[in-house]
Amino acid sequence: MTSTSISDPIAQQTRKLDTTKVRQAHITGWILLALAVLAALVFGAGSEGIATFRLSRPTDPWALPNLQVPAAAFNYLVAAVLAFLGVRQFLRGGLRWTGLSLGLGMILAVAAFLVWATAGKGFSLTGMLQATVVAAVPITLGGLAGVLSERVGVVNIAIEGMLLAGAFTGALLGSLVGGVGGLVAAVVIGGLFGFILAALVVTYRVDQIIAGVVINLFVLGVTSYVSSQVYSEHRFLNNAPIFSPIRIPVLADLPVLGPMLFQHNLFVYGAILLVTAATYYLFHTRMGLRARSVGEHPRAADTLGINVYRTRYINVTVAGMVAGFGGAWFTLGSVGRFDENMTNGLGYIGLAAMIFGRWHPVGALMAALIFGFANSLQQKLALLNTPIPSEFLAMAPYIATIVLVAGVVGRARAPAADGEAYVKE
Amino acid sequence: MSETKKPTNGFSEALLRRAAPDRAAWEDLVIVPLFAVVVALLLGAAAMLATDVDLATIGRSYVALVSGSVGSVNAISETLTSAIPLTLAGLGIALGFRAGLFNIGAEGQILIGGMAAVVTGFSFPGLPMIVHVPLVLIVGALAGGLYAAIAGWLRAATGAHEVISTIMLNLISYRLVDYMLRLDFIQREGRSDPISKSVLENAELPRLLTWLDPNLRLHAGVFLMIGAVIFIHWLLFKTRMGFEFRASGENPEAARYAGMRAGLVIVLAMGLAGALAGLAGANQVSGVLGRASPGFSAGIGFDAIAVALLGRSHPWGVLLAGLLFGALEAGGRQMQVDAGVSIDLIGIIQALIIVFIAAPLLVRALFPWGFSKAKTSAKE
Repeated sequence: MTSTSISDPIAQQTRKLDTTKVRQAHITGWILLALAVLAALVFGAGSEGIATFRLSRPTDPWALPNLQVPAAAFNYLVAAVLAFLGVRQFLRGGLRWTGLSLGLGMILAVAAFLVWATAGKGFSLTGMLQATVVAAVPITLGGLAGVLSERVGVVNIAIEGMLLAGAFTGALLGSLVGGVGGLVAAVVIGGLFGFILAALVVTYRVDQIIAGVVINLFVLGVTSYVSSQVYSEHRFLNNAPIFSPIRIPVLADLPVLGPMLFQHNLFVYGAILLVTAATYYLFHTRMGLRARSVGEHPRAADTLGINVYRTRYINVTVAGMVAGFGGAWFTLGSVGRFDENMTNGLGYIGLAAMIFGRWHPVGALMAALIFGFANSLQQKLALLNTPIPSEFLAMAPYIATIVLVAGVVGRARAPAADGEAYVKE
Repeated sequence: MSETKKPTNGFSEALLRRAAPDRAAWEDLVIVPLFAVVVALLLGAAAMLATDVDLATIGRSYVALVSGSVGSVNAISETLTSAIPLTLAGLGIALGFRAGLFNIGAEGQILIGGMAAVVTGFSFPGLPMIVHVPLVLIVGALAGGLYAAIAGWLRAATGAHEVISTIMLNLISYRLVDYMLRLDFIQREGRSDPISKSVLENAELPRLLTWLDPNLRLHAGVFLMIGAVIFIHWLLFKTRMGFEFRASGENPEAARYAGMRAGLVIVLAMGLAGALAGLAGANQVSGVLGRASPGFSAGIGFDAIAVALLGRSHPWGVLLAGLLFGALEAGGRQMQVDAGVSIDLIGIIQALIIVFIAAPLLVRALFPWGFSKAKTSAKE
């Protein structure tokens, strides 16, 4: 058998893929079984009474009744389903649904956890989902900026700096000329830093990671310097208006979905629109095909007459504009004032969301929603007084990310020419 | 610096290259950095002008920058003290770069290494110094190394991208440190805020210059820094392991076909990088801070990325970059005190220096008269 497989590279290749798959399926199986044990012994045995989830406020036009879940029974049921999913991973045919099973398992485990934490108390589910969407906005836009520039082969570590620059400019110009002016200025500044990144890596062939780190350092330096040197004396420069929520008629009155999606300010709608537009642009237009070819094989693209340099300049600049818009959320969409380093690493989480989402706009959005969910979950759970230290709750989403990335996403493939300078001959 | 201009034609250029083969290297290593520092300082002054700082203050702040970094024994002591953790963590990141890994997680590794070192530092009363100090450092390095090895192992075993996992490990470490600082056996007695017990006197890295002035903070970690530079240089360029690191970084496929164990290289490189960052953390708690509090890593892990890049991932380059950043930091503190200019200006100057050093093409485009003409193409 060995002799035939060596002479047949394709068979060898397939078998190699199969063993990876089998191993992934088994790892997933063990994770699911562990979750089942957790759900049964901790969440199931530890909960008493009924968990009450509030779905609507009584004043809502179409108020839904509260969701009443008998905690212990629900969690034992979840444990049974998890155990079933886990065992199935080791049986024949378990390979097919590995990713789906793990995703479903994670959702079930989170549900069991929520029921356990809420048992005997009440909890506003809708409020948490609303906060999830809001928290996901800057991560989505950061991730989208990453997708746009990495698809043309430019690694974008500078997302953090672009977000920060957008936040700063939004606050400064927002204070001077009003919200819309601030937003436009933030987008322009984001685009400017995108252009600088493109100039550094395309024209001056600076290592892409260095260029990104430099932009981050520079923006952090400038914004912190100005805010400590100038804002301390001239407070009126740091007092921007906040965009108010826009209720979309009818849709905003829907139960659960209304507050979750249709009662936000323009940043949420903007983010959803941009993700849609970017998906259409990258995968359904001629321009997008060209852009991706530049990211995969710039030499071939060049041979076909695509201007590699110009494509990179345009896409990275647009990516910067998206990040500038996301940055404005921090000030104009949220608190109305700039604080030193207020993005606080969210740009890096956006980067993680991009990789997690496999360099796809919608994937980045999904990943951002997971991070946003984790974030709001932690804040709301602080009100419920669970016996778990809040630090561990705060850690859980990051651990879950590692598990998911290791278990499901695995060797996600970056665009082939990601990070490489292209020298035209 | 324009006197370095040299009119050349093809022949004399060829002659010159035979006579002085390092001309291009010399330009890259000496002239470009000098330009970078000078231009960055000028642009820093422009930034101050733009924010309404008058000329006299700008002058005073640059005098303070120099005198605060190299102007006195105290200034040099401060510069070295700041440079030690930057260089140690920077070496780790450089090692990762050499092996083709981007370790954003130095910040978390510093925190975990530092926490482990603090716990070791206050838990063993009665140990003699000669045992206790090395123990603290080793435990710190081990903890940082193991923490980073998680990311390495995940990459090797499952292909999880190390950028994601190290970012996540950073975020986890912040929470972990917050939690640990409130544990009964770590939190200082009688305090409600998260702060650890103090490291015992026998576990502190000895101060070196107290015979001159008891306020000088320079400690024995400086030997650690130099030792680490030499060790990493030896490891990278004189050993088989270092060769495997570099080969895997240059071309992982070729390295694998040559029989190198890619997975092992990844885990070892990450582990070593983490050990160096953990050592930086141990060095901070045992040499400077004497205790741990939330965020005691103070962004060193991120500055270290810049240090590694600036030093071009070469051990001696990292040392120089670490010293430069340490000097800017020490000088910046003096600048804030003397001239009232925010220390954040240093961040701008650091960024500008790196961009000019990283982009020789940019410097050459801005200052064409500084360089011999034929050498305008960058080395790939």
